[in-house]
Amino acid sequence: MDTIFALATARGKSGVAVIRISGPDAKSAAAKLCGLPDAPRKAELRTLRHEGEVLDEALVLYFDSPQSFTGEDIVELHLHGAVAVISSVLAALSEIPGCRQAEAGEFTRRALENEKLDLAQVEGLSDLIEAETEAQRKQAMRVLSGALGEKVEEWRSKLIRAAALIEATIDFADEEVPEDVYPEVGNLLDDVRTSLERESAGTKMAERIRDGFEVAIVGPPNVGKSTLLNAFAGREAAITSDVAGTTRDVIEVRMDISGLPITFLDTAGLRETEDKIESLGVELAKRRAELADLRIILLENRGDVPLIEAEDGDMVVVGKADMVRDADFSAVSGDGVGRILEKVGAELSTRAGGAGLSIRARHRSAMSDAISSLASANNQLAVSPELTELIAEEIRTAIRSLDSLVGRVDVEDVLDEIFSSFCIGK
Amino acid sequence: MKHFSFDVVVVGGGHAGTEAAHAAARRGARVALVTLKESDIGVMSCNPAIGGLGKGHLVREIDALDGVMGRVADKAGIQFRLLNRRKGPAVQGPRAQADRALYRAAMLNETRAQTNIEIVEGEASDFIMDGDAVRGVVLGDGSELTARAVVLTTGTFLRGIIHIGDVSRPGGRIGDRPSVKLAERIDSFELDLGRLKTGTPPRLKSGSINWSVLEDQPGDDDPVLFSFLSDGPSAKQVSCGITHTNEKTHEIIRENLSRSAMYGGHIDGVGPRYCPSIEDKVVRFADKTSHQIFLEPESLTSDLIYPNGISTSLPEEVQVDYVHSIVGLESAEIAQPGYAIEYDYVDPRSLTPSLQLKSVPGLYLAGQINGTTGYEEAAGQGMVAGLNAAGEALGLEPVTFGRDVSYLGVMIDDLVTRGVTEPYRMFTSRAEYRLSLRADNADQRLTPLGLQAGCVGERRKQVFESKMDALASGREVLSEISVSASEAAKSGIRIAEDGARRDGLELLAFADVDFDALIKLRPELQRIPENVRSQIKFDALYANYIERQKRDVAALKKDEAHRIPNDFDYGDMSGLSAELRSKLEKVRPETLGHAGRVEGMTPAALTLLLAKLRQHERRTA
Ligand SMILES: Cc1cc2nc3c(=O)[nH]c(=O)nc-3n(C[C@H](O)[C@H](O)[C@H](O)COP(=O)(O)OP(=O)(O)OC[C@H]3O[C@@H](n4cnc5c(N)ncnc54)[C@H](O)[C@@H]3O)c2cc1C
Repeated sequence: MDTIFALATARGKSGVAVIRISGPDAKSAAAKLCGLPDAPRKAELRTLRHEGEVLDEALVLYFDSPQSFTGEDIVELHLHGAVAVISSVLAALSEIPGCRQAEAGEFTRRALENEKLDLAQVEGLSDLIEAETEAQRKQAMRVLSGALGEKVEEWRSKLIRAAALIEATIDFADEEVPEDVYPEVGNLLDDVRTSLERESAGTKMAERIRDGFEVAIVGPPNVGKSTLLNAFAGREAAITSDVAGTTRDVIEVRMDISGLPITFLDTAGLRETEDKIESLGVELAKRRAELADLRIILLENRGDVPLIEAEDGDMVVVGKADMVRDADFSAVSGDGVGRILEKVGAELSTRAGGAGLSIRARHRSAMSDAISSLASANNQLAVSPELTELIAEEIRTAIRSLDSLVGRVDVEDVLDEIFSSFCIGK
Repeated sequence: MKHFSFDVVVVGGGHAGTEAAHAAARRGARVALVTLKESDIGVMSCNPAIGGLGKGHLVREIDALDGVMGRVADKAGIQFRLLNRRKGPAVQGPRAQADRALYRAAMLNETRAQTNIEIVEGEASDFIMDGDAVRGVVLGDGSELTARAVVLTTGTFLRGIIHIGDVSRPGGRIGDRPSVKLAERIDSFELDLGRLKTGTPPRLKSGSINWSVLEDQPGDDDPVLFSFLSDGPSAKQVSCGITHTNEKTHEIIRENLSRSAMYGGHIDGVGPRYCPSIEDKVVRFADKTSHQIFLEPESLTSDLIYPNGISTSLPEEVQVDYVHSIVGLESAEIAQPGYAIEYDYVDPRSLTPSLQLKSVPGLYLAGQINGTTGYEEAAGQGMVAGLNAAGEALGLEPVTFGRDVSYLGVMIDDLVTRGVTEPYRMFTSRAEYRLSLRADNADQRLTPLGLQAGCVGERRKQVFESKMDALASGREVLSEISVSASEAAKSGIRIAEDGARRDGLELLAFADVDFDALIKLRPELQRIPENVRSQIKFDALYANYIERQKRDVAALKKDEAHRIPNDFDYGDMSGLSAELRSKLEKVRPETLGHAGRVEGMTPAALTLLLAKLRQHERRTA
């Protein structure tokens, strides 16, 4: 198995460029250029040298197999993003025996081959790599986190239980199977259907306008983020107090603005902190803020440097009009709040109109297929339960729809459930 | 060219062997049926019943291919019941209590009457080898029968050990000896073997049972038979009795568990979960205080009763005790104690879908030796192996069965792809296309295939063709109907008023509209025979679902179209877990669809396999 490497960040001049090396020789190859950090998952500054010549100062970190993206040993070299630096390091690597440039998609393929990712995650990843818009990238991130897979597993196991109950009355008609399995079956089907509907509603929106929009309110502690959110929501959603660092969790308020569903996130104040819990909150806040579609960045004073880089469309505003001169709004008096909301609505509407709509339609259609199968199963259960095979057929179809998302069912799963639940056998 | 004494030699005269011999003979092969004793032909070693759910479907399919099991069971049937009568037609399974003696006699008659079959009494003690290939058998007396293909159907005779309590002895069934020599030859093939176990209950004397206190279970008033060619039962019809175990019974069993062959640790084989011994039931379902027992007459002419539900490997005296604790059996006499049997089976993943051993040309395996249990499963495999052994011998096309067409196909595919971990029994839930694989339409699904394979006789052909004609004309009349809901109501057919006009088939799609109601609309439907009417009704009832399943079948076919070359190298697929790789190497799936059904297959692995296949296809294109 070759060790592969490639530039993981975009080509061309950039602030930081990351070269990723994956494979059995990843660590020894990197060691030829520089020393490795003394533990995995730890970043250390190293000097890269090749044939006596210094190539760059780089942040180096490594991951041990199998706890890495590809499941293999991985080394990451975070270089300065100069084209000359990048090409000299790539050239040095390609001279090391057993190392070669990765083909397109090869890292992901190795991750798949090593079963580090399931199918849906791979799709999420390929969405991520192919994402043209930011919104698509964020959608992909969520799929990639495997949350969808977990949900599907939960639905599946309930449906398998329901199928087993039904099948037991069919295949073991002559045995002492409790006749009245229908109430439990009905409950299981309802459960899954409700949950699917909830999920699917979310996905549908995501497909139209990518899961609604998230707008993060960020800024240093006590700058009035929570007060602003409360003003938006017109109610006390976040606890506001004068003690800096009150908001440790991310608080969400969902609103309808210009016809768009928008979730405002009130995040922990961004600052360096010793408090463990608070620093977790700060981390979370940063991550959520980065994943959000739009950031409202609050500053104490005009001219302050924001703690998070403003992206296109983000709003940088100064609050506390009651204390600071030339502020954009006052959450306390409500002045200017409406204007900010309008701006958010306008910005997001433009995006909603222009963005491509290519989230995996497959996910949504699989879920809506499952929902309609479950609806038919319930209907059958109510109308003519004696046609048990049709109830079973609908459940089977629903399971298969879900399977097409992540895994596959086996009749053995159903039989296992039957045999562990009933004493069967004359 | 060497002269062979036969085209096909079938070893074993049980359910797999007889069906294999008949199938091969109908296809035109000259067949020797080697069995220890002629009287073994058609022996039911366990419960005296044929059919049931899934199993009844198999019998119908065997019959549709002109096999013998259905006809013989109809002649021997002393009680017919259609299981799941209250549920929909797809999950109704015909079942019959069969008279052992009548069954054996009828099977022997059929076998003697079949041209091309010669019954040879003797023990097959070795194979005649030609390099790697099997080309006949050597009998116990040293005589040789050469053949182009051999079908081995020796049931539990591979290292069978019988256990009654802590006493055990070698033997395939009570009263039979195990085939040691043959087992050694099979060892030399280095096949993967596994060990399974199964058991039987004690047999009781009918005269000693107090029937007057027991519940009676009669057969159906309008018996449904197995064969598409049978009109009605020919033997006298009887009832079965029903009784139950009780807490006393369970206590006796619990106290003696350590003396059970199974719980005493004498048996290593894996038993079926669905047919547990009474010891198993008492242990695993400790909170149940009673289990049902069916008292099934073994024969009209014998006094034996088969108590279905209490198979056991406890010592004889314990069997006497617990039997006596049961209502109605207080003074029952045990004619033969229950016993458990352990035996070797060949991992069926070493077989092709024709049931030929991949590594031993000329040798086919069918029946319990492949890890299945049940007469019907055995006979079904016998059919497939017999047709294909004949095909090989005569240079005819192989006959294979798809999962979308038959339970036979489901069973064979399950066996050769997934292997078995417990004795394999058919269930309707194993068939994903259950709604179209019905007992009532087995002939439509398989008789044309049988005609093509040349294993269907003239009589069946005629019966089948006239049924198909009647079906076609019935459907035509129905499709000419066009009524609104209110017009239908005038003829007593109630459906929702939705403004749509419907033809007769669409009306029949409603569960509560039956065929006879439509005769009012079109009197000429009167001439459609009864069996065809129900057939049309059933088809209409499931039409929407079957339409939907067609799409699934199409998807399956797409996967089946990706053929995996025989020499495909799983070794360089580093993404596969070692376990999955070794499974794939063993099964050597023939197509991507086949691979998808290999146990433990993950979507990621399947995606990977597809990618590799594409790469391979590109390279070789
Ligand atoms: C004790 C026991 C309990 C069972 N319980 C159940 C049950 O509860 N439910 C159920 O569904 N099924 C049960 N079965 C399974 C069912 O009986 C079998 O699966 C079925 O009969 C298998 O058919 P077969 O043709 O493969 O083998 P068999 O019917 O066993 O036939 C094998 C034949 O091969 C012959 N033979 C063997 N060796 C040689 C040789 N060397 N040369 C010539 N002839 C040979 C034998 O004489 C015999 O006729 C039980 C089986 C046994 C033995």
